[in-house]
Amino acid sequence: MNTQRALFAIAVAGLALATTAPAFAQIEQVTPPRQKWAFSGPFGKFDEAQLQRGFKIYKEVCANCHSIEMLTFRNLSEPGGPTFSEAQVEAVAAEYKIRDLDDLGNSIERAGRPADHFPPPFANEATAKAANGGTAPPDMSTLAKARGYQRGFPWFLFDIVTQYQEQGPDYIAAMINGYKAPPKGFNLPPSGSYNEYFPGHNIGMPQPLQAGQVAYDDGTPTTVEQYGRDVAAFLMWAAEPHLVQRKRIGFQVMIFLIVLSGLLYFTKKKVWSAVH
Amino acid sequence: MSGPSTYQPTNRALQWLEKRLPISGLIHSSFIAYPTPRNLNYWWTFGGILSMMLGIQIITGIVLAMHYTPHVDLAFKSVEIIMRDVNYGWLLRYLHANGAAMFFFAVYAHIFRGMYYGSYKEPREVLWILGVIIYLLMMATGFMGYVLVWGQMSFWAATVITNLFSAIPGIGDTIVTWLWGGYAVGNPTLNRFYSLHYLLPFAIAGVVVLHVWALHVAGQNNPAGVEPKSDKDTVPFTPYATIKDGFLMVCFCLVYAWFVFYIPNYLGHPDNYIPANPAVTPAEIVPEWYYLPFYAILRAIPNKLLGVIALFSSIGILAFLPWLDTSKVRSARYRPLYRQFFWLLIVACIGLGWLGSKPPEGIYVILARVFTFYYFAYFLIVLPLLGLFEKTKPLPNSISESVLQAKA
Repeated sequence: MNTQRALFAIAVAGLALATTAPAFAQIEQVTPPRQKWAFSGPFGKFDEAQLQRGFKIYKEVCANCHSIEMLTFRNLSEPGGPTFSEAQVEAVAAEYKIRDLDDLGNSIERAGRPADHFPPPFANEATAKAANGGTAPPDMSTLAKARGYQRGFPWFLFDIVTQYQEQGPDYIAAMINGYKAPPKGFNLPPSGSYNEYFPGHNIGMPQPLQAGQVAYDDGTPTTVEQYGRDVAAFLMWAAEPHLVQRKRIGFQVMIFLIVLSGLLYFTKKKVWSAVH
Repeated sequence: MSGPSTYQPTNRALQWLEKRLPISGLIHSSFIAYPTPRNLNYWWTFGGILSMMLGIQIITGIVLAMHYTPHVDLAFKSVEIIMRDVNYGWLLRYLHANGAAMFFFAVYAHIFRGMYYGSYKEPREVLWILGVIIYLLMMATGFMGYVLVWGQMSFWAATVITNLFSAIPGIGDTIVTWLWGGYAVGNPTLNRFYSLHYLLPFAIAGVVVLHVWALHVAGQNNPAGVEPKSDKDTVPFTPYATIKDGFLMVCFCLVYAWFVFYIPNYLGHPDNYIPANPAVTPAEIVPEWYYLPFYAILRAIPNKLLGVIALFSSIGILAFLPWLDTSKVRSARYRPLYRQFFWLLIVACIGLGWLGSKPPEGIYVILARVFTFYYFAYFLIVLPLLGLFEKTKPLPNSISESVLQAKA
């Protein structure tokens, strides 16, 4: 038993040594600061006001370059989301022009309806590329789940217990605030901007949000930090619109399984008591 | 399942059926009267857990297939539509994606349990080999399922893994073109992966039937590693094993549900939420965690062909385990030296898994080579020699004696 423990200790020490060795050649990424999110943890729910503010930022700023194809207007009024009223959703949809065909097969543009998807800002990928220095801005439907950063050992193990799943929104909020003058000696191409949190630091998107750029009518401060958090929360909802329902059902399932396992445990004890 | 059952149902309708098709007798002898060693510990439940996971994967998979579109332009979108617009589609998909991970977790627990207690030894060699075949089929199925999402990691995993076959001298490139159905991973590839991903689970289910059949012929091994000798050594499957397995299965479901409902994307890679793009290579291409040890073995070897051979050998070697282990003693409980080499193998496998997620550079390559060497040495050097030189502890005379010893 003792030699076994000793071998195990050596192996653990070996692994620990190896993890502290410098990481090689991976694109450098600065760890974004952890934010407090209303939707984190087992009982997390989206903050509706925050989603509404985030949507305003998307609509007024991001949507100029970024599509959000998987989202429909009706999603905005669905439970667990920004829960705009149906009248508000109809008004938002009507602001958009949707390309369609009329009864004679002619191409037309009509006002949007709640069932429509958000139309993309560019007609096709080639236009998007040409207008943005050769790289199409990514679609934002799943963006908050498509971004993150390496947690590293041992943190990735703790994340199982703490349920830390917000690497994406943390990164987005940090990136919005990460624009800086490049440090001396950093070779920044003329088309790029320096961003502390973007992997490799050279980001194609110029700083998208300045303080005061988007007006809030609920008295929330219009700082870039606030914008970053609000738009990141909105994008998390857009990527995972059933998050609130998922966590609510999860809690019910957990209670059910805990009670059932308890009952089975005592039944098992009773059944086996004769044999032991 | 071994021999005709003497079971007679009491229900008249069942008696009528039993005369024509003795199915209730089969069920009775397999899952009710079937004698199980009384000293089985909870590691023996993973077999039951695996059957449960196969069932969950097939059921959720069939429903997902009703909503999924295997086309390069629509696959990613159809998955997102499942997540958003299909009623409880998010639940089905997260159950299926995390279910695959849980399935592999359980199969690793099952395999290592078999190795620790020497369950592969005579007369259970065929049972063990059938298990290795199931594991191989699982790997193929899991890989193809991951590709169906058609995100960046799906696409590039498909590219990397199918390219392994290009290492075969002479005909490698032809084989890869044949696998792809074209000159790159594309729509024909996605279509055939979908077809096979639907087919293979039923092949797995078929081999599982053989696996359970072989199990019920040889009987279960047990922690003492000695065969049951009298009725005192066994208990009937129901209620004893059913209730014990049922308890641990629900505990397993608790962990499963934790992943599904609270951290459903924990085991995935963020890049797989970016639609597949053949023009952009991701910064890192990593397989799902359950393939990482094999990925590390592949990359530990500087020559591509030898790396691929090592990768496939590392799985294939398992089939020869019953003959590589020369010791007559089954359970590691009575093999003090074997036990240490076994735990070192666990360390090597976890180490390889961790290295599979690291770039193949510097210290990582050296460590991967050390662990890879140990992995193969365990099977080819340690096990054959250990059986000849190891001084094993005295075996208990019977299972009931070992149970009483443990209590004293």
